[in-house]
Formats: sequence, C-alpha cells, structure tokens
Amino acid sequence: MSAITSADIDKINDILQKNKTLPGAMLPILHAIQDELGFVPDESVPMIASALNQSRAEVHGVISFYHHFLTKKPGQHQISICRAESCQSMGSGALESKIKQRLKLDYHQTSADGQYSLSPVYCLGNCACSPAIRINDDIHGEMTMEKFENLLDSMVTFNLELK
Amino acid sequence: MNTKSPVNQKRIFVSLDTTAISKGSNKIAAHISHLLSEETEICATLVRNGSRGMFWLEPLVEIETPLGRVAYGPVTEKDVVDIITAESLNGITDHPLCLGLTEELPWMKSQQRLTFARVGLIDPIDVDSYISHQGFDGLKNALTQTPQEIVSQIKDSGLRGRGGAAFPTGIKWQTVLDTPDQQKYIVCNADEGDSGTFADRMLMEGDPLVLIEGMIIAGIAVGATQGYIYLRSEYPQAHKILNQAIAQAKTAGYLGKNICDSQHSFELEVRLGAGAYICGEETSLLESLEGKRGLVRAKPPLPAIEGLFGQPTVVNNVISLASVPIILSRGSEYYRDFGIGRSRGTLPIQLAGNVARAGLLELAFGISLKELLNDYAGGCKTKKPIRSVQVGGPLGAYLPASQWDTQLDYEAFSKIGAVLGHGGIVVFDDSVNMAAQARFAMEFCVVESCGKCTPCRIGSVRGVEVIDKIIEADANSDQKQQSRILLHDLCDTMEFGSLCAMGGMTPFPVRSAINYFPEDFGFSATGQPSDKQSANEECDK
Repeated sequence: MSAITSADIDKINDILQKNKTLPGAMLPILHAIQDELGFVPDESVPMIASALNQSRAEVHGVISFYHHFLTKKPGQHQISICRAESCQSMGSGALESKIKQRLKLDYHQTSADGQYSLSPVYCLGNCACSPAIRINDDIHGEMTMEKFENLLDSMVTFNLELK
Repeated sequence: MNTKSPVNQKRIFVSLDTTAISKGSNKIAAHISHLLSEETEICATLVRNGSRGMFWLEPLVEIETPLGRVAYGPVTEKDVVDIITAESLNGITDHPLCLGLTEELPWMKSQQRLTFARVGLIDPIDVDSYISHQGFDGLKNALTQTPQEIVSQIKDSGLRGRGGAAFPTGIKWQTVLDTPDQQKYIVCNADEGDSGTFADRMLMEGDPLVLIEGMIIAGIAVGATQGYIYLRSEYPQAHKILNQAIAQAKTAGYLGKNICDSQHSFELEVRLGAGAYICGEETSLLESLEGKRGLVRAKPPLPAIEGLFGQPTVVNNVISLASVPIILSRGSEYYRDFGIGRSRGTLPIQLAGNVARAGLLELAFGISLKELLNDYAGGCKTKKPIRSVQVGGPLGAYLPASQWDTQLDYEAFSKIGAVLGHGGIVVFDDSVNMAAQARFAMEFCVVESCGKCTPCRIGSVRGVEVIDKIIEADANSDQKQQSRILLHDLCDTMEFGSLCAMGGMTPFPVRSAINYFPEDFGFSATGQPSDKQSANEECDK
C-alpha cells in the first residue's frame, strides 16, 4: 500500500465531489487524481467505487486497463521512450538500450533515489522528428545520447536550484 | 486580414506546434519577444501559429512584409538578432536562412490545402482571425438549411472517414438523423495513435476552430446537442489549445445555447484518453468515454443507432469533421472535384521516419507513393536507399519498391493488400530488418489488444513466438518451413476471427514483411509464394 496523507484524502474527496455527476465520470476522476498526486493510490479505489456506485473490482479494472494510470508514485522525472515504427526507423531501438543502461532502469521501473521513472510509449505524434522521447510533459525530438546527457544535466541543475 | 494589430504593426510568426516546440520554437519565441521589447525601432508583434508542416525547417520564423510572409529556418537562438531587423520587416533579405516567400516554397505551392487551409496562417485560438479567413462560413450556410440538406451535401461530397476505415461520412450521419431520439451525440475520435501520423494533432494545435465548427454543423445536421472530443493523453499541447479555443468559441456565441441566435444548441467538451491504442477503435472509444475499460463492442448495433450511453452517435475522425466546414461553405461539388475514383477530396499526407524532409502536405487523392518519396520526402535522412515504407500506421502493410507506383487511393491500396489508413507514411532505409518489424507488429498487438477476443489476445502472443522460431531455425530446415505455414494459418485466424481491426489487421504488416522481404527471415527471395497474399497476387496477374 502506498502511504498517502490525510491532505491527499481530502484532495481525492474534493475531486470526487466535483466530478462524480459528470456523464462517464470515471476517466476524468482518475486523470484529476493522477494530475494532483502523480498517481492513483490504492486508497482511492474504494472512495471512487463508493462515489460512482460501482464495485472496487470495476474501478480496479479501469485503472489497470489504461497504460497512463500509475498505481505507484513515479520518479520526479518521468521519461518515456517512443517504441513505435517511425522512431524505430531512426534508431530508437539502440537509443532505448543505451538509455536503459545509462539510467540502470528497465521499463516500468523507478530509480532508488526517486529521480527517474522509465516507461515505453507508442507514438508521441512527433514522427517528423524521430526518435522522440518525453520527459514529463515535454517532448524532445531527433534524440541522441549526447542530447539525452544534456537533458539529464539540466534536470540535475534544476533540482539544485529548488533547494 | 490583419484585424487585431495596430496599423503598421507587422507580425512575426513562430509555431506553437508540438513538433516545432520539440525543435526549440518556444526558446526562439521567447528570444524574439525579448528583442521586440528592447529594440524600439522594430515595430512588430509576435504571433504563435500552427506549423506549416515543413518540420525540417522548424523552428521556422515567418515575417509579415509588404510582399507577403517571408520564411527563415531552421532558426537557432543566435540567429534571431540578425533575422529580426528593420530591413527584414520590409521584404526578402540576403540572410543565409532566408527562404523567400512562404507561399512560394515548392512544398507549399504544390498543395491543395482545403482542410488545412488556415493551419500555420492564423493564431489558432483567435476567433476574429478565424472569421477573417472564411471561418464559420460553413456554419452560416448550415444554419439556413434543413438537417437533410446538410446531410445530403456531405453525402454528395464523397467524404469518407479519414481515420482509416474510409466509411462514407454522410451515410453515418444519415443513419443518426434517421434514428429518432431525445439525446444524440457527436463524438470526435482524436485518439490518433498510429505511428507516422500527426495530422490530427497539427490540426487541433493549428486550427482547432475548424474542428469545432465541423462538430457544430454535425450536431445541427443530425440533431445532437452534445459533443465530445476524445483526445489521446499523449497530446498535452493539443489539449491546452482545444480547451482555449472552445472557451473562445463559447464567448463568441458559437457554442452553448442558441448558436448565432438560432434555435440550435451545442455543448462541447474534451475528454482525455489514457494511453490505450485500442481506444482509437470507435466502439472501444465509446466504452472509454462511458468510463469503462476500452473493450471493443460487437457490431451490430452500430454506434449510429446505439452509441454513447446507448444513444445514436456520430463518431468521426478529426480530419473528417474538420473537412465539413469547407464542404458547407464551398459546396459538395467543389470538394468532390478533387481526387480520383471513389476517393474524393484531399488527404493530409504525413511523411515520417527516415526521410530528408518530414512533414505534412495536403493533396488531392491520386498522387503516387513514388512521387511522395522522391519529390517531397527527398529520400532517406540517412542518405541510404529506401528499402521499405509502411503506410497507414502499425496495422498497415510494408511496401517494397515494386509497389511504389501505387496511387494514393483507398481502392488501389486495398487491391495490393495494403491500407491507406490515416495517410501516414513511415520510411525505412536499407538497414531495416523486416523480420524484426514483423515481430514488432505482433508484439504491439500483445501490448495493445483489449483482450476481448481470443484470435487477437492469444494469436498475437503466439505470433511473436512463431516469428522467433522462424528467425532462429536453420535455413531450409523443416521447422522453418512449418513455422512459416503456421504463421500463415495464424494470420488467417486473426484476420477472419477478430472482432476489430486490431487483431484483424495485425497480419497486414506481418504478411507483407515475410512476402516481400523473405530474405530477412532466412528464406530465399525466389521461393514459392506460400502465403495467401502472394497467391492472390499471382492470380491477379
């Protein structure tokens, strides 16, 4: 179970109150929770079920169906590598192995220090600048290991500034 | 044309399109903005527009001059100060990045931009700018017509679903119009998941109001008062721009109650998908919109009769809906006069992957693949020979050079066992291993199958295994031949036994890879065709 605070519970309740009467409210609710907390915690499942008058199994079924919803807290920097054909044509296969090696992570893993999560994605719609990766909401095209190293450097700098 | 800026205030355009941003256009825009605030003798305003679709030139900077818009690209931050000058606001300069007038560039000049007419030209969320470029002309006409007249015009235009299935849009609308019900829906399928396609994204980021207008017209035509745009979550920029555009359209009286003081009402909302490729299939999309797992529904009932929440629903692709306004403003004949055979109008073509010039161009149906690959794409980016192209996304066939004479036309593609799909073309150079591509097609189906029907759910897992067996087996061994026959049978089972195109079309890339590139699987290139598709071709000859 993930540890979430009572403030998080309040946020979830707020989201449920605001959205539960929408037609087809499930996905908007799950998106709002993940946008707020970074993931959809297990604790929210019975809350959502009760608000939408559905079973916990139904809620779990929806969460587990969609690749986008995370049930564990992801790293601070969520890195997704496009695995689709257009990026393959520009060498994403080799890039993918190198990035995995560099971060010492496989797909669906988060680094021990909580800095990075790695996931596959199937098309970012940036096929004119393959290979593409996404870091949080930012898409980067024509990716090379050199560019990737620079991006990693810039993320570290950003963290230091925060402190 | 220029309605907002003060007199003599020139405009400088830098794109806010996702791909342009991925190439640094936000930094260029920030730089220009800073420069304009510092340099008082340069009197200009910065406008963020959609992309012109020439992505090898992004970040592209366009400067409005008395001659027309002059393009510079690809621009780096250090170029900005040399490009944005008093001289460049007056015409073409000798700066090395100056490309001349945008509209005169060969890529732009040769196109027939109907649906994408405004993309790259205007500020995407500015309603006034949209109206000054013939925006809402189609809606105005629609408001003077009966629902049946509107539907008949769409039917007469020959418009077919641009999402890939190419079903006649007007017939879908007619079914919904003819199904009486209190509540009907217009659903826009903006779950553009196919690799090599980005036309929907470009349109939503570059001219979202044309999509909104198309949906309003659809609502009036079939009697629907609520619309949803089901957008994939991988498109955060399109999400932001669509929401801004919807808010603007609402303020201007084009959405909500009594649109343009008529008796028609139409509400519109964007709903986000959640990373499931299958939700691009219309019935899976509807399940997802209802808040469920995106499991494909059996048809019938058709969504047009029992769709969203069991009500009559029009489900159309972004480009189909965005093509509606021009049909209503210029007439169905105008649209129908473009194209060939039963493929009428224009197709936004996306050149992607390993090409020298990647981007979007809109052309009438009928151009050959070869012309696109040579004249527009300019060959491979890696300067190696093109070996294979995949048309129509991950469920489309891989085509060898011998088939590049095929014209872009739904029927011509279907004749060679391929699909035109959403018009995405992904190019591979000679380093591609087609056995690996075939394996990936099956692997993708494993990851993205909704799991409802067995041929797709289990067939794809077995497909990966059997392709591995083919690759690993010794050449000329019995096991290799037998595995090939097994793969062929498996493809038949998937194609004829799956509920939807996910399982039903995964065999397309697999079959084409093994038939056209048998050497990559360790078979001799001159071997007997052992597969249905090649056998059919033999018969055709």
